[in-house]
Amino acid sequence: MDKLLQSERTQLNIQQLIEQKRQRKSFAGTFEKVIPVFLFLCACVSILTTAGILFTLLRESIGFFSEVNIVQFYTGTNWSPWTGEFGVAPLIGGTLLITAIAAIVAVPLGLMAAIYLSEYASDRVRRTIKPILEVLAGIPTVVYGFFALTFVTPILQSFIPGLGIFNALSAGIVVGIMIVPMVASLSEDAMNSVPNSLREGAYGLGSTRFEVVTKVVLPAALSGIISSIVLAISRAIGETMIVTIAAGATPNLTFNPTESIQSMTAFIVQAATGDTTYGSTIYYSLYAVGITLFIFTLLMNLLSQYISRKYREEY
Amino acid sequence: MLERNNHSVNRNVKGRLWLNTIMKTAFLSATLIGLIFLALLIYRVLNQGIGYLSWDYITSFPAPFPEEAGIWAGLIGSIMLMVIVAAVAVTIGVATAIYLEEYASKNKFTEFIRANIQNLAGVPSIVFGLLGLTFFVYMFSVGYRLLAGGLTMALLILPVIVVASQEAIRSVPNELREASYGMGASKWQTIARIILPAALPGMLTGTIIALSRAIGETAPLIIVGAATAIYTLPDSLLSKYTVMPIQIYNWTGRPQEEWQYVAAAGIIVLLVVLLMMNAIAVGIRNKFQKRL
Repeated sequence: MDKLLQSERTQLNIQQLIEQKRQRKSFAGTFEKVIPVFLFLCACVSILTTAGILFTLLRESIGFFSEVNIVQFYTGTNWSPWTGEFGVAPLIGGTLLITAIAAIVAVPLGLMAAIYLSEYASDRVRRTIKPILEVLAGIPTVVYGFFALTFVTPILQSFIPGLGIFNALSAGIVVGIMIVPMVASLSEDAMNSVPNSLREGAYGLGSTRFEVVTKVVLPAALSGIISSIVLAISRAIGETMIVTIAAGATPNLTFNPTESIQSMTAFIVQAATGDTTYGSTIYYSLYAVGITLFIFTLLMNLLSQYISRKYREEY
Repeated sequence: MLERNNHSVNRNVKGRLWLNTIMKTAFLSATLIGLIFLALLIYRVLNQGIGYLSWDYITSFPAPFPEEAGIWAGLIGSIMLMVIVAAVAVTIGVATAIYLEEYASKNKFTEFIRANIQNLAGVPSIVFGLLGLTFFVYMFSVGYRLLAGGLTMALLILPVIVVASQEAIRSVPNELREASYGMGASKWQTIARIILPAALPGMLTGTIIALSRAIGETAPLIIVGAATAIYTLPDSLLSKYTVMPIQIYNWTGRPQEEWQYVAAAGIIVLLVVLLMMNAIAVGIRNKFQKRL
């Protein structure tokens, strides 16, 4: 009798166990189905961010362009928002001036460093120098700004008489130094992917190392190099703190690098730190300048991607 | 082979070799200019700032006089901001990476997400500031508070974390996945128990590097309203806050020369924090590099 009861109980237990197992399985099944949905939603955040950026910039700049004529905005040459003059040319000019100086500094330096690291340096030297060079890219831009204002400008002043405390030259040079590692690192990657057989072929014909570099490696890696330069220039266009700190706040349509200028990014910072009331024309002008900046950098980024895809050399 | 070739070239065409040597020197000096610049920067900052750096400086709030000003509010603000940024950006970033690498089928939409992430990485940080200003500060009416800053920065570094995590997941060998499936594990079990632990070092390294980028960012936080003068520490997500780069920016902009030294001292603290984060990243990478 006792035995019978016992066996009944185990049987019941087994049935329960099966039931439990089934439940757990169906829970795990739902779990397996819910997880991908959650992951997908997270992946959508990046798209929402882009949509949010476009929505923000478009909506607020439409508000701006209902008050200020869009043609006047892009053709006007006088930018003094506090007196109601909205011609964006001086800001674009300032941005391009900084970018041009930065490119003049960064392209030769970055490219030469890339050539040295990829073609001349021994493995050990490369492994030491490359990370140190990349530290440059990790330094906060506010530190660069401080350095430009308190160190580079006084040095420049000592041999350029009449150079103001705030000037485009010093800011541009420091922006250039900031993007050197980017040019160097990406160009070096491009040169590294040139197969050794090409180099050895050239050496076999009696070339010097320099000839191999200029006649074989550079042409073969050209698309990668150009796209790295375009990307670095896009970085310089969007650079904010160095320009805000060292170039001053004078919207000035000039090509003279010794003068103080204001870039698009620097204006956004200036207007955001000043007492700009929500909904005022100046508040909206932030976004009109923002969308102009966004279009500039977006075009550069797309161009860089296009170059590296389209002109990729197949070996 | 090469040596004998060089030898004969040496005799015949000295000019070409000479050019090679000159250019080699030029290339080397171009490389060194960057390094010299870095050395100058560090020397200059240390030289100016070390005198103002003291325990008092680290534990003091901003003050109207340079001798009394300190970076405490910025230091704590930066750390708290990083906690929010890390929590949000790592969750979403790792999830995105898992989706793209393990679940997504190769179709137009997946390709679109990838291209989109690539483009987001190239958007200037100040535009993210404008995004945060519209959405977090005004539309969700968070105001100029810690949470608004944290969310803005999280979106800013999201692409970096996604790309780093994708690479980490991709580098997990397929044999591990197949072995796990062979044992009867489900897809999620494989991901949670096999792939994520194996990819963890890579993800951590990428995350720390992304965070160290965020800790130095200034522009977006100026736009979403990090304050410059704060005399209390943030105690909730909706507190007012400041961060180290904003303090440094504020001090740099003052006319009296003493403030330069205060700013330089702040830069030292900021760089030490960055250096520590990078050291951790390098440490993780070295420790786990050869496991797989």
